[in-house]
Amino acid sequence: MHVPTMAEMAMKGEEPEILFWVGCAGSFDQRAQKITKAFVTILNHIGIRFAILGKEEMCNGDPARRAGNEFLFQMMAYQNIQILNGYNIKKMVTTCPHCFNIFKNEYPKLGGNYEIVHHATFLQELIDQGKVKIEGGGAFKGKRITFHDSCYLGRANGIYEAPRAVLEALDSELVEMKRCGSKGMCCGAGGAQMFKEEEKGTNRINFERSDEAISTGATIIASSCPYCNTMLTDGVKNREKENEVAVLDIAEIIAASIKKTPDHES
Amino acid sequence: MQYFQQAAFVLIAAFAIWLFSKNILQIRRNILLGREEDLTDNPRARWKQVLLLAFGQKKMFRNPLVAVLHFVVYAGFIIINLEVMEIALDGILGTHRLFSNFMGGAYAVFINFFEILAVLVTAFCAIFLLRRNVVKVKRLAQAELNGWPKSDANYILITEIILMCLFLTMNAADRALQLQVPQYGHYKDVGAFLISGPLSESFKNLSPATLAGIERSCWWLHIIGIFAFLNYLPYSKHLHILFAFPNAYYARLFPKGEIKNMPRVQDEVKYMMQPELAPTGEQPVVKFGAKDVPDLSWKSLLDAYSCTECGRCTAACPANLTGKLLSPRKIMMATRDRAEEIGRNLNAGKEAGADGKSLLHDYITAEELRACTTCNACVEECPVSINPLDIIIELRRSLIMEESNAPAEWNAMFGNIENNFAPWKLSPDDRDKWATEMES
Repeated sequence: MHVPTMAEMAMKGEEPEILFWVGCAGSFDQRAQKITKAFVTILNHIGIRFAILGKEEMCNGDPARRAGNEFLFQMMAYQNIQILNGYNIKKMVTTCPHCFNIFKNEYPKLGGNYEIVHHATFLQELIDQGKVKIEGGGAFKGKRITFHDSCYLGRANGIYEAPRAVLEALDSELVEMKRCGSKGMCCGAGGAQMFKEEEKGTNRINFERSDEAISTGATIIASSCPYCNTMLTDGVKNREKENEVAVLDIAEIIAASIKKTPDHES
Repeated sequence: MQYFQQAAFVLIAAFAIWLFSKNILQIRRNILLGREEDLTDNPRARWKQVLLLAFGQKKMFRNPLVAVLHFVVYAGFIIINLEVMEIALDGILGTHRLFSNFMGGAYAVFINFFEILAVLVTAFCAIFLLRRNVVKVKRLAQAELNGWPKSDANYILITEIILMCLFLTMNAADRALQLQVPQYGHYKDVGAFLISGPLSESFKNLSPATLAGIERSCWWLHIIGIFAFLNYLPYSKHLHILFAFPNAYYARLFPKGEIKNMPRVQDEVKYMMQPELAPTGEQPVVKFGAKDVPDLSWKSLLDAYSCTECGRCTAACPANLTGKLLSPRKIMMATRDRAEEIGRNLNAGKEAGADGKSLLHDYITAEELRACTTCNACVEECPVSINPLDIIIELRRSLIMEESNAPAEWNAMFGNIENNFAPWKLSPDDRDKWATEMES
């Protein structure tokens, strides 16, 4: 399976329907790369003409801005906007809520105006339009799944239903944690916390949240953010539950449940 | 005697209103020390927020039981003000139960309704006292409330109970008097009311003069109590009963996820990348982020004065829940305390920061600020539209950009983003390695 870059497409004089903004976690983190690959499989399956920026993609500056380093954020934003505007990008999809938030809410003021979709919404639309069909209930039939809301998708942007709608397409049992939706508890990674040790406390945020997720009795903790995924995976390992409880992204869950139709296979 | 009472009432009322206005204007001055921010766009959406969040108390209903209790106390407060209008007019004009002259049968309905509210307010305030002092609901008993904040809350609840009891006792003495003497002084028969009617039974053995004395004492204590309460507000967390309304109006209309842009830094970076655009000549030096209260947006200061220290923010804060020092409520309390301190500096004829102190470090530490995950749980929970995260971000900006004060791991992360275009120390050439892995 070949993943085309913008540079290749531009050379051929082609334009993609959508740019897949992979994000740093999705590009470099070994666990998150699996989410990226799963999402690309879905993009290929539906036959949409997409591209990535490849080596030209850069951190959009989210952790820098939230840590307080506005200079670094503005530098990254400037460079990314130059590249995106240079390719005349109109529409993007991303598997990272932090990237989604920053493109949706913060880049427009800096001259970067793009239609950005988070993959939860994107997948929901594919399912609604019948472009993605779940095979006989899928590999997750009857499994108990709990969904962890990412702060930057949920409270930050009010998207609570789309990821749940995606999971409801499976023939599985969706259970909610007590703290869900707008009351969802953070995994502990946002605001640049991912890149430093926690401050002194009595517990780790990701341990507290993972314990809550495990206590639902779910065998799958679904998330829609690569950072939440890392934090919750660590929390599950902390309880030595990694053999019983899997932390999966909604893209991985859908990719594993898709009804393969030969005409779309590449 | 009657004229003396009228004059005394007018004088007390005028003094109470003058003192209150003076203190509110001082708070207004303190709030306007903050940075300018235009929040007058889209008045339609803003009025909607006032209706839903302030009048409707929408956020309170995230916990329906407490919401109902609070709503009754709040409605009681607002509606009983209509009765205070009658009391004030009686005070000025030297009349008694002025409204009964032209309301006819409706007057009894009017007072009955207030009496029921008075009983409910008393009962619910008692429940609130129990929640704070006996049950010790976690968010209402956390250490940051020790001392004045805790007493403040109890004073408010006790005062409300006393005011309600005075109102009911006043009506009961009035009724007992009506039953004994058809027309004693200005007291006239307005019939028995729902609560004070039965209560008046216990007063039936008292002499008319004693009853009139009780009624007058309650009347005066009640109205003086209300004036005292009004003047207590500027010093109290209870100020939210007034400030919740403007705070809902000026609350942000854009998504919570958006952090406010810094156009000055945006320009600096643009001039660095395209030097030909840079303006010539000396540029004014600006502070980045906020070190002290005047560096914050005026809305953040209105937020601080609107905070009633309920702690819903802190109860939802993932950092606080896991034992970190950060408490969004404490951020708001510290901001108000510092704004008040600056106000006192100004009152003493000194400069705002003449004491050499600042909000950052002296009131809020770097450790608290660094524990924030920017998850917006505190913002989501606040029933009166306060945004603690705005303050946290501005203080973080000052820490990083003015003081270069960052944990080593963050400095490493900054370096990686700058040099490798990713927060990790990985080669930018490997960014699409996953894609080449998919080729096979």
